[in-house]
Amino acid sequence: MLLLTCPYCGVTAEETEFAPGGAAHLTRAGPGEGDDALEAYLFHRANPKGVHFERWRHAYGCGKWFLAARDTVTMEVFGTYPAQVSAPPPELIDTIRTKRPGWEPA
Amino acid sequence: MAHRLDTGGRLIDRAAPMDFSFNGKGFRGFAGDTLASALLASDQMLMGRSFKYHRPRGVVARGHEEPNALMNIGAGPFFEPNQRATVTPLTEGLEAESQNHWPSLETDAGAVNGLLSRFLPAGFYYKTFIHPRPAWKHLFEPFIRQSAGLGRAPKEPDGDRYEHFYRFCDVLIAGGGIAGLQAALKAGESGARVLLLEQAPVWGGRAAIDGDDVDGQPAADWIAGAVARLEAMPNVALHTGVMVSGVYDHGYVLAAQPVPGHRPGSSTSRERLWRIRTDWVEVAAGAIERPLSFAGNDIPGVMLAGAVRDYLADFAVVAGARTVVVTNNDDAYRTALALHAAGQAVPAIIDARAETDSPLIAAVREAGLRIAFGTGIAQVVGGKRVTGVRLCPQSGDGTMTEEIRCDAVAMSGGWSPAVHLFSQCGGKLTWDADQAFFRPDPERAPMSVDGTPFVFAVGAANGHLESAAAQADAAGTPIPAATEALIAPVWRMPAQAPVKLREKTWLDFQNDVKVSDVQLAAREGFESVEHAKRYTTLGMATDQGKLSNVNGLAVLGDALGREIPQVGTTTFRPPYVPLNMGSIAGEARGPIFQPLRKTPMDAWHESHGAHWEPVGHWRRPYCFQRSGESMEDAVAREILSVRREVGLLDASTLGKILVKGPDAGRFLDMLYTNMMSTLAPGRCRYGLMCSENGFLMDDGVVARIDDDTWLCHTTTGGADNIHGHMEDWLQTEWWDWKVWTQNLTEQFAQIAVVGPNARTLLERLGGMDLSAEALPFMRWAEGEIAGIPARVFRISFSGELSYEIAVPAGRGLELWERLVAEGADLGVAPYGTEALHVLRAEKGFIMIGDETDGTVIPQDLGLDWAISKKKTDYLGKAAQARAHMTDPERWKLVGLETLDGTVLPDGAYAVTEGNNELGQRNMIGRVTSSYRSPTLERGIAMGLVQRGPERMGEVLDFPLIGGGVTKARIASPVFYDPEGERLHG
Amino acid sequence: MAEHTVAITRVERLPQGGMITLRADLEAQEAVDLLGMVGLAMPEMRRIADTEAGQVAWMSPDELLILCPPERAAALAAQMAEACAGEHMLVAEVSDARARFAIAGPTSRQTLAKLCPVDLAPGRFEPGEIRRTRLAQVACALWMTGPEAFELICFRSVADYAETALNTAATQFDAGMSL
Ligand SMILES: [Zn+2]
Repeated sequence: MLLLTCPYCGVTAEETEFAPGGAAHLTRAGPGEGDDALEAYLFHRANPKGVHFERWRHAYGCGKWFLAARDTVTMEVFGTYPAQVSAPPPELIDTIRTKRPGWEPA
Repeated sequence: MAHRLDTGGRLIDRAAPMDFSFNGKGFRGFAGDTLASALLASDQMLMGRSFKYHRPRGVVARGHEEPNALMNIGAGPFFEPNQRATVTPLTEGLEAESQNHWPSLETDAGAVNGLLSRFLPAGFYYKTFIHPRPAWKHLFEPFIRQSAGLGRAPKEPDGDRYEHFYRFCDVLIAGGGIAGLQAALKAGESGARVLLLEQAPVWGGRAAIDGDDVDGQPAADWIAGAVARLEAMPNVALHTGVMVSGVYDHGYVLAAQPVPGHRPGSSTSRERLWRIRTDWVEVAAGAIERPLSFAGNDIPGVMLAGAVRDYLADFAVVAGARTVVVTNNDDAYRTALALHAAGQAVPAIIDARAETDSPLIAAVREAGLRIAFGTGIAQVVGGKRVTGVRLCPQSGDGTMTEEIRCDAVAMSGGWSPAVHLFSQCGGKLTWDADQAFFRPDPERAPMSVDGTPFVFAVGAANGHLESAAAQADAAGTPIPAATEALIAPVWRMPAQAPVKLREKTWLDFQNDVKVSDVQLAAREGFESVEHAKRYTTLGMATDQGKLSNVNGLAVLGDALGREIPQVGTTTFRPPYVPLNMGSIAGEARGPIFQPLRKTPMDAWHESHGAHWEPVGHWRRPYCFQRSGESMEDAVAREILSVRREVGLLDASTLGKILVKGPDAGRFLDMLYTNMMSTLAPGRCRYGLMCSENGFLMDDGVVARIDDDTWLCHTTTGGADNIHGHMEDWLQTEWWDWKVWTQNLTEQFAQIAVVGPNARTLLERLGGMDLSAEALPFMRWAEGEIAGIPARVFRISFSGELSYEIAVPAGRGLELWERLVAEGADLGVAPYGTEALHVLRAEKGFIMIGDETDGTVIPQDLGLDWAISKKKTDYLGKAAQARAHMTDPERWKLVGLETLDGTVLPDGAYAVTEGNNELGQRNMIGRVTSSYRSPTLERGIAMGLVQRGPERMGEVLDFPLIGGGVTKARIASPVFYDPEGERLHG
Repeated sequence: MAEHTVAITRVERLPQGGMITLRADLEAQEAVDLLGMVGLAMPEMRRIADTEAGQVAWMSPDELLILCPPERAAALAAQMAEACAGEHMLVAEVSDARARFAIAGPTSRQTLAKLCPVDLAPGRFEPGEIRRTRLAQVACALWMTGPEAFELICFRSVADYAETALNTAATQFDAGMSL
């Protein structure tokens, strides 16, 4: 069972206190942006084996949504960060690159 | 015969005898006994029957690894099957019975399977019973079900209760033997927060019994000293009687503890499941002895050599008066010495190794005991118990050289480190060919949340079997040189055993898997260890192969011509020993199986005949039954009272979310399909919310409170989800918008006062002006009713004159009771969810979850009027424009009137001519809601029908389950008061 | 062998208290000023501050829960709403939304450790801290009111559930329950 640290309230808690929310950093496609963009937004997910950016809500705590970078194979959590960004923080990218040589952000 | 010696037994209290029963017969043991030791002390060798052949089986092991002595324990609500007698503490009055016997343990009809054993090889069930098909169902399966299976399932609910316990530490040490105690000392001295758990009731593990020296002291002294030092450390907690059963991701560990002092039916919890979170795990779980594979190794009286020594030391019990020791390693010599010291006859030590020497061997020689090197057991003689052994050269084909009379056999095939806890979370093993076992590979240890290793093995679990080495390993000091002579891997005894012996050589005692079965599996192509395991069921019994794993791998490897490391090992999965289902559930049973949400008026409903309906975690009254009424009568009465007089609905469960801020209007315009920013303060508007896929997810009335504040009502089940949905969009997409949301659902009780007399009733309570002029339809106002601060919404879900009144939850019951009291002569009656459903269906109002199922868009429901054409965007708008969503062939909402006035079955499908590609009748619609309307005195229904609104008046066929067809005409879904005159009252 | 001892934790359902939710950017000076104006003070992250007008609990980076005598709640909420008019803040009286429990006795930490996945050992959780978590299957918040005493709040609708769960957990202890 995962252990996650909420970047808003600083609590490190077990998975049962959080609610998962799927892949992070999706770009919303609204009306007029074409069916392909809409289809990609609604349905296409990379589902990587390895480094994955994902959404979590501190549901039984402060209620905030945050993002986590996690390895879907080893379960290693590289870091968590607030959701108000459109891309992972550069320091986190560097950390992951160091730990997973050869990995490149999508 | 098995018996108890007059002296000794470190765990038993001879001053405290205990009576118990086994298969209905009375026995007596002592406090401190296990069920197995007490039975053995009374010469009850036979403790069970094997799974497939129903062979007589006695106890083999001392602890949790025991495969044979499985018992049904207790009775009635305290009955539990598959309990290992070796770890079941004896208690006064305990009732036990053996399993898998019929009609009795002594005379078992299923034992005939044993006679047929050459016809029941591996995969026999798969091969034999597959044809002819009907024979399986009518002939084979019933017989197999009768004869197979271990314990029986309990018939009554578990009478005990259980609990969880969340525990945190820096270092968890699993096992309190020499290595575990030493590891705890080391961790404790470093200042870490240490938790040391030992499954047995005593500290010290094997060393306490074997009496070796540890760190220059007798083991018992060292153990006592270590425990005393640990108990003095404030940062160390140590507990016996707690079994670590599983190690999971990120340092999550489960351990089970029978609660001390619990007796069946006492008010205490029976078992406590520790849910531990630790940074670091040290596995000091010791090692498990392996059997040797010789013919007749399952006959009662053949036991593991270490177990023989344990029963002697712990309980002063021996399995026989003459014990032959058979081994391929030095450790079993300790058993010979212990038995000899206790005055028991040891006619011979059969050692498969070539002649060798060591201090242990020298000690046995000195004791004058006979050692036969290079020798094996060709066959054990005996039926329900051992009467002798036939010896043969280990290297040969089993030709007997000698027969020795004995009544017990102590066997040792070497020891395997207990690597389970290391492996469960991904730790990998490495094969140690010298010592013939798998040991943890520290380079491939399980990884924690930060990607660093967090599970480590120490002591015997790490492959250091001798006490001094185990202590040094845990202390991190140099490992002393071995004193014991090296083991000789012996996977078959004798090496060239012919088929007739291999067929009587058991690998897995519980599942009856023999050497010949594994060899057959290999011949038939089951080369992967995971396949061979499933084909033969090796290691799949309740003991999960604790004894059989390595021996089975060795036999498979031999048959495939591969070395053991090339065969690999099966995956160790938690739990290490079975957990009670009750422990896993913990406190979650009975009234707190899951949260039950109650409204402020719940107790009133309960005492006024409410039948409950679960809605999410809430319970809401389905109807209020009066004496002499059926539930159906009650629902009809409630509906008519709303239509004719006045009804009260507890609507407190509806979600109430406050949305405030300069961007709140803009936000709600994105959330709802229609325009909320233009709603004037004081007014209400019905709104729909869709997912980004376009599907309708919730609906409700929105009231504008002031310039920058709106109150959004949601469905009962939707409140938390919708609040989460709002926060999701605000926090992760539009984070620069200035909007607050606050879920106020629990702050308010809400009562719908509905019917022609609603206003009259409310006016009697006194307070704010609720006249048609002051509060027209779809407006809201704030004031006081009956002296209670209230917000009143003039909205209607029934088509009648209706007020929904929100008051602070703490005053909800007071208002409810005033309404009931003041409305008696106005015909006031509380109504439940079923009346609510029928009332709304009569008006053609949709219900989320009935008319919607996650695939329905608002346009399907004729709700285009609630979808803004002006807005360029809202959640779901883009998806609703996709080709599939705008397809004119979509099923759309219509009313359905049966031609004969009966009620259509809910969920019934409308069919048309022809079949689809699967050969099923083509379907063109289905019923989404269907009720008997007491107002209209006939069945009414709503449904989704292909091009439905274009087909008004058409009659559709709805086939019924069980035959027949109901015909229904497509009509408007508004069955009652289509002009909407009534709600203006 | 662990000594078997039985101790009982006292679980008491407290009468309704005064509660007010404030939603605001807690980092902003406006929020600090607002609290000061009504005799309250800003708590640090995950802490509960005692002030003359009541207790202020940190619920999230933009949410405070103010606990005060019930008869004061409506007036205090109105006073706060008035004081923050024009600011982007939300004040709501929520006195009726939650149930309150007192859990006290030498085994109070162990009682809650049976239901909450939180490290409640001495030194790890102490008076002055507030922790939002789950109590068995429902959301709750808890803080300590003394060395052996906790106060816990949960939503009103699940008060019976929480009370039963707490009472179930409060009845059985032994020396094997070190924290
Ligand atoms: Zn948080």
